[in-house]
Amino acid sequence: MKILVCMSNVPDTTTKIRFKEDNTKFDDAGVQWIINPWDELALTRALELKEASGGSISSITVACVGEATTEPTIRKALAIGADDAIRVNAVAQDSYFVAAQLAEVVKQGSYDIVLCGIESSDYNNSAVGGMLAEFIDVPSVSSVSALNIDNGTVSVNREIDGGKETLEVKLPFVAVVQKGIAIDPRIPNMRGIMMARKKPLTVVEPVDADVLVEYEE
Amino acid sequence: MHFEFTEEQLMIKQAARDYAQRELIKDVIERDEKAIFPEHHIKALAELGFMGMLVDPKYDGGGMDTISYVLAMEEISKIDSSVAVVMSVNNSLVCYGLEKYGTEDQKEKYLKPLARGEVIGAFLLSEPEAGSDATSQRTTAEDKGDHYLLNGTKNWITNANSASTYIVIAQTHPDKKHKGINAFIVDKDTPGISLGPHEKKMGMRSSDTHSVMFTDVKVPKENRIGEDGFGFKFAMKVLEGGRIGIASQAMGIASGALERAVQYSKERKAFGTEISNHQAIAFKLADMAVRVDASRYFCLYAAWLKDNHQPYGTASAKAKLYAADSAMFVTTEAVQIHGGYGYVSEYHVERLMREAKLTQIYEGTSEIQKIVISRDLLK
Repeated sequence: MKILVCMSNVPDTTTKIRFKEDNTKFDDAGVQWIINPWDELALTRALELKEASGGSISSITVACVGEATTEPTIRKALAIGADDAIRVNAVAQDSYFVAAQLAEVVKQGSYDIVLCGIESSDYNNSAVGGMLAEFIDVPSVSSVSALNIDNGTVSVNREIDGGKETLEVKLPFVAVVQKGIAIDPRIPNMRGIMMARKKPLTVVEPVDADVLVEYEE
Repeated sequence: MHFEFTEEQLMIKQAARDYAQRELIKDVIERDEKAIFPEHHIKALAELGFMGMLVDPKYDGGGMDTISYVLAMEEISKIDSSVAVVMSVNNSLVCYGLEKYGTEDQKEKYLKPLARGEVIGAFLLSEPEAGSDATSQRTTAEDKGDHYLLNGTKNWITNANSASTYIVIAQTHPDKKHKGINAFIVDKDTPGISLGPHEKKMGMRSSDTHSVMFTDVKVPKENRIGEDGFGFKFAMKVLEGGRIGIASQAMGIASGALERAVQYSKERKAFGTEISNHQAIAFKLADMAVRVDASRYFCLYAAWLKDNHQPYGTASAKAKLYAADSAMFVTTEAVQIHGGYGYVSEYHVERLMREAKLTQIYEGTSEIQKIVISRDLLK
C-alpha cells in the first residue's frame, strides 16, 4: 500500500502578515515557512499507520506545488519520516490549479490513499482535496478526523451534524483530513534531519491548467 | 565570512523549540517548585537524538556540529535550564570527553549507550575544598596493580542520582600535584559509592544535584582515561567545550526572558498605552536585545572555532563570562518590566532570573573565566 500526502508550504501561523507594492503583494521578508498544519497532522497519521502496518504500507510520499523556495519545508517532511517527495515546479496560483497538478502526480504514482489537509492556513479555500478527487475520479471523504487500518480494512471517522460517522472505505480514495487525525505533529529526530537530504526529491514540471481566480488590478 | 545557518541547523533549532514550547512548558513550574527530575523529558529528548547530538554516528550519536548544539541549547534553555544542564553535561562533558580521549573499548562500552541517551552521565570534579581550584584534588585513586581504589568526596554533582556513568577526577600521585591526577570511568552502582542528600538549590531545582562519597571503590585499570597523570589536562580540555554549552544555556535564559518581556510589554497597559510605548521600557528592551545578540555571537563564534578545529578555549571563556553576566542583567530587567507579575512563578521570568545566577557560578565562575581570558592576553 502506498500513501500520498499533499502538502502546502505556508507562512508560520504566528506571522504578522504585511503587504508591499502599494498593498498588492504579500511581503514575505522575514517570513518563516512551515508545512501547512493540517497536512502535517495528515503526514503524522500516515507515519503512525506505516509504523504499525508491519510492512504492508510500503511508502509515504509527499507532494507539494511550489517553487524551489519550498524545498526546505519539503525536506522537513522528509526529516519527519516521509520516504520521498515530489515538487511540482510552479507557483501555487489557486485551488483549481493546485488540484490539477496534484491529480497528475497521483495518476503517475498509483497511490492507495491520498491525504489532503482540510484547508491550508494561508488562503483557507478548503477546495483542493475535493477537486483532486474529481480530477482523478476516485471517491473522497471529507472532514476525516480518524483514519484506521485493521487487517487491511480501512475505516474513517468524520464529523457530522450532531455526531460522528464511521465509514469503511474502498481503495483508492482521497481523505480530506481535519484536526483529530493525529494529536501532535511529529518533531524530526537527528537521524531524520541527517537523512532528509539523502531521500529522493523529484521535481516535475507543471501540466497546463487554467487559473480560475481573477485578481482585480 | 557569512552569517547563514544551514537548513539542518535551522531544523534542529526548530525541533528543540517545538519540544520546549510544546512539552517542557507544561510542567516546568511544577517541577521547579517540587524539585522533580525531568526523567520523561530526558527520555523524549534522547529519542529525538539531543542527548548525544555531537557524537559521531559510528558511536550512535547524532553527528551534529557545535553550531547546532548552541541553537538547540538556546531553545531548550529559554524554557527549562534544568533540562538544558542535563543535556549539556551529557553532551559536552561526558560524551565529548569519552569520544575525544577514550579507548575504542571504552567508547563501545560506555559512549554508545550515553550517545543514544539510554543512560546519562555525570562529571565529578568539584570537591568541598576544590571548586575553582581544581588542582587541589583530595579524592585519591590509589594504584593497586590491576585496579584503582577511590576514596573521597565530590560536591555539586549534576545528574548524581540519575546518571549511570560517572567520570571521576582523582589524585593518584599527590607528590606530582596536578600532574598526578587521573580521570576514571566509574559505574554508579559500584560498591562503596553513596550519595549525599538532594541539594536544595535556588534555581535549576529540577536537576538533581548531590555530593557523592567514595569509600574504597574499586575501579578496573582499563577504566582510566588516557595515560597515567592525564586527568587534570583531560578535565581542563573537556571544560573548554563545556563552557560553550553553559554559555549557550545562559544566552538561552536571557533570550527567553527577552521574548517574554517584549510580549508582556506589548500587552500590558499603563497610563493609557502599552508599556512598550514608554521609553523607560523600550530602552530596557533595547539594552537587553544587544546583550542577547552579543552573547549569541560569542557562543556561535566559539562553536565555529571548535567545529573548525581551531583553539577555542579563550573564545569559550569569553562567551561564558559575557553570556552569564548578561543573563543575570537581562533576566533582572525582565522581572522589572513585568513588575509584580514578574515576581510570581506564573510568568516564568523570576525562575529564569534564579537560573541565570547559576550560570555565573558553575563550570567555571565568572572570575575564573577572567583568569583564563587575561592569562591569554598577557602571555
